[in-house]
Amino acid sequence: MTQFDVIVVGGGHAGTEAAATAARCGARTLLLTHKAETIGEMSCNPAIGGIGKGHLVREVDALDGIMGRAADAAGIHFKLLNRSKGPAVRGPRAQADRKLYRAAVQALLAETANLTIRAEGAEDLLIEAGRVVGVVGASGTAFRAGAVVITTGTFLRGVIHLGRERTPAGRVGDAPSVGLALALERLGLPMARLKTGTPPRLDGRTIDWAALEAQPGDAEPEPLSWMTARITNPQLHCGITWTTEETHALIRANLQESAVYGGRISGVGPRYCPSIEDKVVRFADKNRHQIFLEPEGLDDPTVYPNGISTSLPESVQRGIIASMPGLSRAVIMRPGYAIEYDHVDPRALRPTLELRDVPGLFLAGQINGTTGYEEAAAQGMMAALNAVQRAAGTEPDRVLARDEAYAGVMIDDLTLQGVSEPYRMLTARSEYRLRLRADNAMLRLTAKGMEWGCVGQVRADAFRGFQAAVSDAIARARAEGATPAQYRAAGAPVNLDGRWRSLLDVLALPAMPVEVAETMFPWLRDLAPRVRAQVECEALYGPYLARQEAELALLRREEALAIPDGVDFAVIAGLSREMQQRLEAARPATLGAASRLAGVTPAAVAALAVHLRRA
Amino acid sequence: MSGTIFAIASGAGRAGVAVMRVSGPEAGQALAALAGGLPRPRHASLRRLRHRGEVLDEALVLWFPAPHSYTGEDSAELHLHGGPAVIAAVGDALAMLGLRPAEPGEFTRRAFTHGKLDLTAAEGIADLIAAETEAQRRQALRQAGGALALRVRGWVERLTDLLARQEAFIEFEDEDLPEGLDAAVAADVAELRAELAAEIAGAARAEALREGVRIAILGAPNAGKSSLLNALAGREAAIVSPQAGTTRDVVETRMVMAGVPVTLSDTAGLRETDDVIEAEGVRRARAAGAGAEIVLAVFAADAPPDAETRALVEAGALAVVNKCDVVPPMMAGQAVSARSGMGLAQLRAALEDAVRASAGVAMEAGLTRPRHRAALADAVAALDTLENPLPELRAEALRGALAAMGRLTGRVGVEAVLDRVFSEFCIGK
Ligand SMILES: Cc1cc2nc3c(=O)[nH]c(=O)nc-3n(C[C@H](O)[C@H](O)[C@H](O)COP(=O)(O)OP(=O)(O)OC[C@H]3O[C@@H](n4cnc5c(N)ncnc54)[C@H](O)[C@@H]3O)c2cc1C
Repeated sequence: MTQFDVIVVGGGHAGTEAAATAARCGARTLLLTHKAETIGEMSCNPAIGGIGKGHLVREVDALDGIMGRAADAAGIHFKLLNRSKGPAVRGPRAQADRKLYRAAVQALLAETANLTIRAEGAEDLLIEAGRVVGVVGASGTAFRAGAVVITTGTFLRGVIHLGRERTPAGRVGDAPSVGLALALERLGLPMARLKTGTPPRLDGRTIDWAALEAQPGDAEPEPLSWMTARITNPQLHCGITWTTEETHALIRANLQESAVYGGRISGVGPRYCPSIEDKVVRFADKNRHQIFLEPEGLDDPTVYPNGISTSLPESVQRGIIASMPGLSRAVIMRPGYAIEYDHVDPRALRPTLELRDVPGLFLAGQINGTTGYEEAAAQGMMAALNAVQRAAGTEPDRVLARDEAYAGVMIDDLTLQGVSEPYRMLTARSEYRLRLRADNAMLRLTAKGMEWGCVGQVRADAFRGFQAAVSDAIARARAEGATPAQYRAAGAPVNLDGRWRSLLDVLALPAMPVEVAETMFPWLRDLAPRVRAQVECEALYGPYLARQEAELALLRREEALAIPDGVDFAVIAGLSREMQQRLEAARPATLGAASRLAGVTPAAVAALAVHLRRA
Repeated sequence: MSGTIFAIASGAGRAGVAVMRVSGPEAGQALAALAGGLPRPRHASLRRLRHRGEVLDEALVLWFPAPHSYTGEDSAELHLHGGPAVIAAVGDALAMLGLRPAEPGEFTRRAFTHGKLDLTAAEGIADLIAAETEAQRRQALRQAGGALALRVRGWVERLTDLLARQEAFIEFEDEDLPEGLDAAVAADVAELRAELAAEIAGAARAEALREGVRIAILGAPNAGKSSLLNALAGREAAIVSPQAGTTRDVVETRMVMAGVPVTLSDTAGLRETDDVIEAEGVRRARAAGAGAEIVLAVFAADAPPDAETRALVEAGALAVVNKCDVVPPMMAGQAVSARSGMGLAQLRAALEDAVRASAGVAMEAGLTRPRHRAALADAVAALDTLENPLPELRAEALRGALAAMGRLTGRVGVEAVLDRVFSEFCIGK
């Protein structure tokens, strides 16, 4: 068969999530990727989740995606980050067995109905009347579809740098995508170059673990997916080592050999993932840097030394490794490298991740200037949801707002502001951080997913039960309460002001010990832990959330006012040239988006509002 | 977007009349309280505005009940005498009545929300609105000019820095961050909060000096006053020519000295003349001298000192002898040459001392407008919630304070915070 509803190009994290989503929605889906065996490959760090990233995984999971389930099936070291901080910023993370992760993704895809997988590179796009209607594979076969999602990661004109060597590649061992890059170029898309890097991999059997501090995972692993009852893999420890003065001296002496410092790379790299060269140069007064040694698998000796991404020549890398405690005899299995690649300026996309000027063509993942598996997966999912609509002949409109999901924050940031470095999710990017929690992703998104058709029956049932239990429990905590005298008598020193307070009012107060609350309201003890957690969050953050309501009402009103596609900013009275240019570059989809655009003044927004109202 | 708001709608600067616009559910109450009852809708009437028994101004007031108003809400306009003291006093009175200063563009936004702009759209009102809100924006910027801008920028910097540290603590738990980062944030916030609170307390004193310190340059024709102004201002603000009497009117230039905004005025040379235009110039020069806190009495080294300028020195003006590069000075005073730059550094130092003395501690605050104080008060209120064991809630307090400050300086985006995080800490694996 060569006729589909949706074609997904690329079997990375964006592509697998996109293909699974489209197929779940009932679209006849084709996943085209170079090699079937690298589907679900983790090109870099073998970990899924974290702060901000874990939030994204939970959102993907809430829409019934596969990433969380695969990570749970492959996880060999779980950690809930920020455990000592509030629930809003806690981020679940799993270090995965690389092989098991690939296998889990491939198994989940294999059991997905409506999905065809074909190991073949896409070389060109089929375009008819300005619309993308399919792709041409390396074999010359034409595959037709109503919509195409491209998720080719770092493969567009990828070049690997190792010292002074340069090799065209998508990642180590994989050829770059040149034909597709040319096809995109012919569409006249704005492209730019970014870079990223990866550390050398070590043979764990040659590491002196006894000399190193061990870092255990959580005793009770917290799964990434709601649907995972229990983590069954054996759990491994990570190790911690440090760079030394010797390491730093070696790096400084060889800076000219580094691809980045030797001036052979022009792309911009991520600030939160600096190479070890960067760290030593920019933070010269720091005399050591922490390095985590992460096992890549249960039956795989490969160890990922997290924190020394580098593009120095292999010989220098050997010296660097040997200069660190516990690694004096460690053998490098594969050297680290830097990779430079093309990405498309995401401002060319609509908030649906469809290219504004090329109907039917959607982009997701690293190709949009992001970095990270989770960022890629969330985009893949959103792109697929909209591609399904396009293929069905309806105008795509599946967009998550900034106060609904980190996925919404990310896509809004990308399509509106563009990127100046590889974009990574951080909780700091959300104005509504207290609302967007990893623990309430289902409550935020699953109902929407059910409406969109991407949520299966099992999940839908689980969601309904959970939602009902949470709203009952919160209602009860709001209705039941006591007077200060009663609270005091029970052992909670609340203010003696005569005011009756509900359980919700007092639950988060420092003056309210848990045992007292449980004695006074014994039903608390009977709540399922996940339900009780929601009641506690409501008590803790409720007052803050209420304060944001007015701001949110305004946001929603402005988001409701759409800016039509063809609008000519040059004819809008009262817009300065500068404002016209800023708006033209970003082409915001709504008045709300226009007002968030960096550098756009309130006056310009008012002028735009007037124009829209009149039109 | 709720509550009742007020702002000067007629643009900034000294003008004969300033229009204070009030809009929102409590506009009628406020108007009645100040003007002693509501006037007939949409008719101008002259009222004496009082607050707490004190007469604020004699003003033309208008009452526009909803929906027949610019914003579509209950609105009032007070046409005040344009002096800064009056405007500030009325603003304070409105604030005490529970109203708040409008955000830039807020009137327009309300008008828009109530569908008022549709009605008038045909007349191309967009231009007008843009002009209005641009003016408000410029006004906000001007208000934040000089000393205040520096101070606000300083506070914003510190808040950004604190938030960056807090965010780093939240975002990069498994990184090797400096020990005690979190505790240090709390201590620094307490210090900043105390500073802001002190500023608000001292703000009222600054009211009188809202326009800053005025310095007038007086002297005989051709003493080199315009050259001196240009030299002090560091730019060509006044026209300079060898011809006596080139400056006919008062030329003003604003600058910051010793952290205080000053208005430096160059004036027509003092002499008796039959030329009507020049005579008016001389009259204005004398008036500028009378209204200035500091007078520079300028003599030319190559001419005998004139009586009127000498009299100024006797009355306390700072004597300056210009053109000392041509002839050595014959009289007492700061010896300078505006042309060669000689002695200018000493003169500037003397001027800064005088400005400091004149501005006194009151200028310290520089929070001369109700909206400045409201923004600061909001920032302090936000910081008050900082005492929280949870870092994300402390970050929320800092974000709130930064947003309040952002109303004076423009929004501080997350990128600014992240820039700080990544430049300060070695983050990333
Ligand atoms: C060297 C390196 C270092 C990295 N370091 C980090 C890091 O430190 N931190 C971090 O968060 N992220 C890092 N990443 C990024 C992370 O791996 C990616 O962001 C993430 O995998 C992107 O997912 P994706 O789905 O967009 O692309 P990928 O996972 O790269 O998947 C792309 C897929 O598309 C397929 N493909 C490409 N071209 C075609 C074609 N023409 N036809 C068919 N199939 C095609 C490929 O075979 C591949 O399966 C790194 C990536 C690399 C390569």
